Amino acid sequence: MHWIIVPVVLPALLAPVIGFVMRHDITLARAASVAGTLALVAVALGLTAAAADGTPQVYRLGDWPAPFGIVLVLDRLSAVMVLLTSVLALIVLIHAIATGWDDRGRHFHALFQFQLMGVCGAFLTGDVFNLFVFFEVLLIASYGLMIHSGGRARMRAGLQYVVMNLAGSTLFLFALGTLYASTGTLNIADMALRIAEIPPEEAALVRVAALLLMIVFAVKAALFPVQFWLPATYANAPAPVAALFAIMTKVGAYAILRVHTVAFGPGIEGTEDLAATWLFPAAIVTILLGAVGVLGARRLMPLIAFSVIGSMGTLLVAVAAFSPGATMAALYYMVHSTFAAAALFLVADLVVSRRAGDSLTPAAATVQNGLFAALFFGAAIAMAGMPPLSGFLGKLLVLDALRAPGDMAWAWGAILGGSLVTIVGFARAGSALFWKSTAIALPAADEAASAEEAPPPGRRPGPAPAAAMEIAPSLAALTVLGALAVFAGPVAGYLEDTATQLFDRDGYIGAVLPPTEEG
Amino acid sequence: MELIVASAVGTLTAGGVYLILRLRSFPVILGLALLSYAVNIFLFSSGRLAVDMAPVLSPYGDAGYTDPLPQALVLTAIVISFGMTAVLVMVGLGAYLEADSDEIDIGPEDDTDDRPEAEVR
Repeated sequence: MHWIIVPVVLPALLAPVIGFVMRHDITLARAASVAGTLALVAVALGLTAAAADGTPQVYRLGDWPAPFGIVLVLDRLSAVMVLLTSVLALIVLIHAIATGWDDRGRHFHALFQFQLMGVCGAFLTGDVFNLFVFFEVLLIASYGLMIHSGGRARMRAGLQYVVMNLAGSTLFLFALGTLYASTGTLNIADMALRIAEIPPEEAALVRVAALLLMIVFAVKAALFPVQFWLPATYANAPAPVAALFAIMTKVGAYAILRVHTVAFGPGIEGTEDLAATWLFPAAIVTILLGAVGVLGARRLMPLIAFSVIGSMGTLLVAVAAFSPGATMAALYYMVHSTFAAAALFLVADLVVSRRAGDSLTPAAATVQNGLFAALFFGAAIAMAGMPPLSGFLGKLLVLDALRAPGDMAWAWGAILGGSLVTIVGFARAGSALFWKSTAIALPAADEAASAEEAPPPGRRPGPAPAAAMEIAPSLAALTVLGALAVFAGPVAGYLEDTATQLFDRDGYIGAVLPPTEEG
Repeated sequence: MELIVASAVGTLTAGGVYLILRLRSFPVILGLALLSYAVNIFLFSSGRLAVDMAPVLSPYGDAGYTDPLPQALVLTAIVISFGMTAVLVMVGLGAYLEADSDEIDIGPEDDTDDRPEAEVR
């Protein structure tokens, strides 16, 4: 079945065409980009349906059998992640086009497609070195998107982001070298077999490699203590790009789930306790750090960035349990938090582009103040974890999964306390932006009325109200959150099968390395 | 041989780590370049060091061979790190020209909203 490679090949072919052929025609580039992303959604839906039967499907590049050639593996988890990516990409892309963000710099659409290629590839690959390559693809595209349309603060934050990730890539290579030296393979399934054969007293090198990999993935997932790149990056990136980056932290979480479950996971004597030992406390600190950041932020964009850090902490606390039940909760929360973060960034973009800045100080109310306030309210309660949207159910599932006696007090305390602080932070931001600004609007209106009819020269006319197409993507993200809550039963059921399949290591290994060819 | 390779990796890594902790962007870029050299040599040696041997199996008797896979990995890693360094230099230059300062650190005075005029409608 060649469909497995389509999510990688389609954006990879489309991006250079957009970059070279359509670079002077924004309308054409927009049409091609939307068409490509729509096709990606369709393919992702097909793949999800194909993966639903429960056996991992393997695509052998060049038809080389598994440990020698590179394979792509489609199981439920990969399919869900690719679907999540494509739907998010479509929402973000429409927002970027409707608000004109894509026209404020060059090559937005080409970079956007390359980014999709890297993300989809990272979700589908069954080989750790290939994972590194796809990480680099998605990173180099994200560098371009991050500094899209330029500006002083953005360029400086972009430089930091690039430096941080290059250091992370170097660490990734060190980990891969160590892993290859100790196991002699880079295929995840083959590696799982080899590591299981290593006696625990000789597993020191593998343990080092496993922890190095964990640090690399933690950088991507913005886990404490390597989360510090995220607030500056997300706060200074163009808002649609920040919304797309919501999937990038999930790539890190996915990599931890995949590699540390299949290769180093439960049941492998030498390495099984490593990930959970370090991941759990780090995730607890991440939750608290995110919550404090939300409370302390003085600008809207950093506030949302810190709420993303908090949500990653919640997600990784559930991942750290490394059990099918907790992983199901983690996956549900992962889908939810991706759309919640995207919705927040998109709504914030609508508001901030109509204000003088994104500082959380009362200023004259913008047009459609009530509408923006309602959208922000919806996204904020989703992110903070209040009913009726899916954040509440996601956090409930995570709490329900973390009932182990030693962990429960810490996890429940951190998640509930963090949620409370986050709610206060969002409430403060919302009231400063939308509520207090209505009190200021009146004198400003009086002043305008008493002045002459024509505005003074040099003063720009008031911001235009948002068109329907500008609001639609934010509304769509919120609708997805609502749908996640309404159809929580079927979704959780599907994700439960996904988690069960992820922990069925023999099924994965058997699919990648068929016993007949193993000899 | 092992001593030379190991001390080379160690020295390059130490120099690279020192340089990426510097304040200015130029030493940081040099430091990342040094780190990528270190990791390339490290990857090369991850298939065991074998002197004077071809990376192919020999049909004649039991002549040894060196592992070809790390060589392919190093090639990939070199290409990627070279491209990334080029991107980094361009971003560093852009940041220097925009901000008139090549400090890599973002101080609190920079944490203000100064988006280009075109983005404020």
